[in-house]
Amino acid sequence: MIRQEREHFTVPPDGGRPEDQPMWRQDFPIDWPQDNYVSRRDFTKFMVLTSLAFTFGQFWILGRNFLRKQRGEPPIQPVASVDQVPIGGSLSFVYPEAHDTCVLVRTGPETFVAYNQKCTHLACAVIPQFDQGRLYCPCHVGSFDLETGSPTAGPPRRPLPKINLEVRGGIVYATGAEVKTV
Amino acid sequence: MKRRLTPEHRTTIIYGILCIVLIIVMLQLWLLMATMNAYLGGDESVIWPAALASLVCFTLNAGLLWYVYRMDRR
Repeated sequence: MIRQEREHFTVPPDGGRPEDQPMWRQDFPIDWPQDNYVSRRDFTKFMVLTSLAFTFGQFWILGRNFLRKQRGEPPIQPVASVDQVPIGGSLSFVYPEAHDTCVLVRTGPETFVAYNQKCTHLACAVIPQFDQGRLYCPCHVGSFDLETGSPTAGPPRRPLPKINLEVRGGIVYATGAEVKTV
Repeated sequence: MKRRLTPEHRTTIIYGILCIVLIIVMLQLWLLMATMNAYLGGDESVIWPAALASLVCFTLNAGLLWYVYRMDRR
């Protein structure tokens, strides 16, 4: 005779004898210890799959960084003539790629600043507010200092990437984009 | 002689493994968020070490899962 261990029997949730259980439980017996084990094991498998996805995410960032480095230095590009932008006025332009929208602000007779227009929180377009000395993000009420691009209020934590400018012969040129902001 | 594992033993072991896997996965999530923030801010110095650390975490998780499969076959 094969002796079965206690753990190998189907155990009802109340721990009572099988014949004392309601009819429906006798018809559909569930081995609760086994059910617990299988559900935890399947959850563990799912978590390991999640772990694989996170690892893929890390290597995706690595790939994106490699491609970013391959692009090299951005070209020198004319943005606007000095007369085109009044003091306190602004102008949108794209630099260095077609999808990188930037904003040029004239802060004085000879001074300009330009930043990538995507808010560093969730990529909404920032609006220059010259009278308040800030670039304002209306999506989550974030703001950046107009002179430095540093976040001054709201959820953004990273400064806006600055566009390097040069004024030559009455023309404002974009000469490079600041990548490192942290 | 190897002792056969009872269902109670296996459930205890799977609870322990699940706890370790959950801690590692949370660590990986934090690592991914921190790396993404650094990448968007132009800081490249953490990208390689973070990718390697995440790979090590996944290897640990895969090892634990392999142990679960091996335990099931016993």
